Amino acid sequence: MSSELKNASRRGFIKGSLMMIPAVTVGSGVSLTAAAAEPPANLDAYQPTFFDADEWRFILAACDRLIPSDGEGPGALETNVPIFIDQQMEGKFGHATDWYMKGPFHPDVSPLFGYQSPLAPRDVYRKGIAATGRHCQDNHGKGFAALDADTQTQILTQLEKGEIEFDDVSSGQFFAFLLQNTKEGYFADPIHGGNKHMASWKFIGFPGARASYLEWVEQHNKAYPLGPVSLTGERG
Amino acid sequence: MAKTNPHVDVVLIGLGWTNSIMGMEMTDEGLSVLALERGPDQDTVPDFAYPKMADELTYGVRYQLMQRPAKSTLTVRHGVRDLAVPYRSLGSFLPGNGVGGAGTHWNGHTWRPQPQELRLKSYVEETFGSDTIPEEMAIQDFGISYDELEPHFDFFEKVAGIAGKAGNLNGEIQEGGNPFEGWRSDEYPMPPMKRTLNDTLFRDMAAEQGLHPFPMPAANASEAYTNPYGMQLAPCNYCGFCERYGCLNYSKSSPQTCVLGALKQRKNFAYRANCEVMKVNLASDGKTATGVTYIDENGDEVIQPADLVIMGAYSLHNVHLLLLSGIGKPYDPISGEGVVGKNYAYQMNGGATLYFKDKEFNPFIGAGANAEVLNDFGVEQIDFGQAGFIGGSYFSAAMTNGQPIRNMPLPKGAPNWGAQWKQAVQETYGHTMTIGSHGSNMSYRDCYLDLDPTYTDDHGRPLMRMTFNWKDNDVRMTQFMKQKIDILSKALKPDDYKLSFKDFDSQYDVRPYQTTHNVGGAIMGTDPTSSVLNRYLQTWDVHNVFVMGASAFPQNIQYNPTGLVGGLTYWAAKAIREQYLPNPGPLVQA
Repeated sequence: MSSELKNASRRGFIKGSLMMIPAVTVGSGVSLTAAAAEPPANLDAYQPTFFDADEWRFILAACDRLIPSDGEGPGALETNVPIFIDQQMEGKFGHATDWYMKGPFHPDVSPLFGYQSPLAPRDVYRKGIAATGRHCQDNHGKGFAALDADTQTQILTQLEKGEIEFDDVSSGQFFAFLLQNTKEGYFADPIHGGNKHMASWKFIGFPGARASYLEWVEQHNKAYPLGPVSLTGERG
Repeated sequence: MAKTNPHVDVVLIGLGWTNSIMGMEMTDEGLSVLALERGPDQDTVPDFAYPKMADELTYGVRYQLMQRPAKSTLTVRHGVRDLAVPYRSLGSFLPGNGVGGAGTHWNGHTWRPQPQELRLKSYVEETFGSDTIPEEMAIQDFGISYDELEPHFDFFEKVAGIAGKAGNLNGEIQEGGNPFEGWRSDEYPMPPMKRTLNDTLFRDMAAEQGLHPFPMPAANASEAYTNPYGMQLAPCNYCGFCERYGCLNYSKSSPQTCVLGALKQRKNFAYRANCEVMKVNLASDGKTATGVTYIDENGDEVIQPADLVIMGAYSLHNVHLLLLSGIGKPYDPISGEGVVGKNYAYQMNGGATLYFKDKEFNPFIGAGANAEVLNDFGVEQIDFGQAGFIGGSYFSAAMTNGQPIRNMPLPKGAPNWGAQWKQAVQETYGHTMTIGSHGSNMSYRDCYLDLDPTYTDDHGRPLMRMTFNWKDNDVRMTQFMKQKIDILSKALKPDDYKLSFKDFDSQYDVRPYQTTHNVGGAIMGTDPTSSVLNRYLQTWDVHNVFVMGASAFPQNIQYNPTGLVGGLTYWAAKAIREQYLPNPGPLVQA
C-alpha cells in the first residue's frame, strides 16, 4: 500500500469516527500510578475537553500536516498528538500559569524580548483556529479540515511566515504554539497523552525513561540495543 | 501587623550552594542560624526520585524546578533609552526555585578561574597597555588573588566531589590535565568520568592539532565518594537527565547531596521553605542591619531579627534585594556614580553541530559534565593587543543528553515540519555531536541592573530591570573562536556541519536558552566608589550584611561560575569566623 493511500484511508476513518460518542474516559495522564494501568486512548474515541468539535477538526487536520504519516515513522495522528494538545490546554501551559501576565503589554516590541501578548496559549489557539477558519471560508469556500492536503500545507506555511494576518491574535505566534506543542506531543513521554506506544521513540531510537547506562558508556559507535520504557510502565 | 520572631544570630537569605556552605560554617561557630528559602523544600527522595525525574516535558520543557516568572522575574531592554518589557516566560536563563537552588538542576561544570581573570584590569594594563581597554568597557579587578583563594577552591572541590585530572600540581605540569590552569595544591578528589565517543573523537583530533585536550572537571561522581561532611555520592549512571533535573542517583553534586544532609542534623540550624524575604531591615542610622522581613508560607509578614545577614539568593535576586533594601547607592549609567547594579555581564557562547552519517553517538547516554575540553584559546593565552579584543573561551565536546524534544539538531536546509522534517529527524538523531565555545563577557558602562519604573511583583515591589546587549569586543572574541572551531570541525571530517556564533548585528535575544550565568550587579572590589562589596564579600555600607554568589563578579570569566562562587564563599566564611565575629565592623577600611 502506498503511503498516500494509507494516509487517505486513515484520515477518512478518523473523520468518520469523530461523530461517535466516546466510550471511555481518559485519565489525566499525569499520575504515575493511575496511568500505568490504563492503555493509551484511541484518538477516534477521544472526546476533547478544551476544543469544541470544529476546533478539534482543525487540530486533527493541522497535526496531520505538521507530522504526516507519509514515509517512514508514525505521524501525529497515530501517536495521539491531538490528545496531548487538548490536555495541555487545560494545564499550566494552556493557562500561562507560570508566566508573568501583568500589564502593560507591548506586543509590538521586537520578538527578541519573547512572549509579550496578554493572551494565554489556550486563548491564542481559540482565536487562531477561528481566524484561520474564517480565512479558509473567505478564500476557499470551506473550513480548513475540508481542504485538500496541499492547500492545508500552503495555509500553514502562510501562518508560519506571518503572510496571513489576523486582527485579534498573531498568526505567527499561533502557528509557533501549534508546531511546538505538536512536536512535544510526538516526543514527550506517553504519560502526557501523546507518543502512543512510544512510537516516535522507537522510530528514532530513544530509550525513553530507562535512565541507566553505566555499562554502555564505553561501548562506542554501537547502536544501543534496548527498546524504550515509559513512565506509564509500558515497555517497547 | 507583622509578627516578630525570636532573634537568631545569623539569618541566611536563600538555601542553595552558598548558604548551605554558610550554614555549615556559621553553625561550626556555635551560632544559631536560620535559612529562609523562597521556594519549596525538596530533596533527592521523594522529589528527584526515579522514575518521575525522567520526564523531559515536565522538567526540561515546562521548567518544573525553575523560578516561576509569575512569582518572580525582571524586565529587559537593550539600551538605556529603550522601553523594558518583562521576561514573561523563561528562555535565555533559568534561575532555580526551592531548596538547593540552581545547584539542583545544573550540569556540574566546575572550574577555577584563571589567575589573570581575578585581576583582569591590572593584567590587561600591565601586559598590553591601558589603551587596549575600550572607552565604554568597565572591567575591574576582583580585589583578591588566586593564591589567596586556592585553599578554598580545593576545599569546595572536595566538598562537591569533583571528578577530573589536575594539569598543574604546585607548578608542575601534569599529563592529561589542563596545562594552562592555575596551580593546584592537590589532585581532584575523583578521577575523570568515563569517555563517550564524542569525547574520544574530539580528544584525538585536538591532540593531532597540537592542542591540549582534557576531561571536563565534573560535579558528577565517577566513583563512590564520601566528602569531608560525611555526605556520600554514588557513581553516575549516565542517565541523560541532568541539566534541568534533580539527580535521581545521588551522583550530581548539589546542596542536597553534598551539604544539607549534614547541616540538617545540627541543632543550631533551622530552615523555612516558602518564605520570601522582602527586604533587609536597617537600623535608623543605616549603618547596620537589624534582620529581615519576610512573607511566610501562609502569606503573613514576619520580622526576623538577626545580628548577621548573609544573602545567598540567585545573583539577580541578591541585587534586587540590595536595591529594595536601600543598601549601597544605586548605579547611574549616565553620571557613572553609584554601585548597586553596575557591571551586569553574561556569557558569550557559540558552537558547531557536526553530523556523521555512519557514527552512533547514543546521545541519551550522558551526564551533565560529560565532556572533553581544551583551554588553548583562554584569556591567559591570547595577545589582546594583536587579537583586537579582551576575552577568551574554552571549547568543549559535550554529550549531556539526547532528549528528543529539545535535542534534535537537523542539517542545514531541513524543514521545520512535514514529511521531510520527519525524515531528517530519523536520519540525524543519534548521529551528531557538538563543539561549544564558552566565553567570557566583559562589563560595560551601559550594561546594568536597576529597579523598573512600571512593572511590579505580587507584593507590589518594583521588578528589577536589566539593560544589556552584546558589544563589539565580545563579538570579535567569539568570531575569533568561530574560526578555530571551523578548523577543528573540518578536521573531524563530518558529513555535514553548521556553525552558530553571534555576529556584529546580533542583539541579546531572551528566547533561546543560552546560560544561567548572570553575573555582576553587587560586585566586589577594592574601593567603595566602584564596588558594592569589599574583598570579603561584605557590603561597604552595612557591615553586618554579606553577599555571596556570582553577583560579586565585576565581569564574567570564561568559565562556568560555580567553582569560583564556591571558593569565594569559603573565603568569606573564613573572614567572618576569624575576623568579623571577634570584632564586628568593616573588615576593610574605606
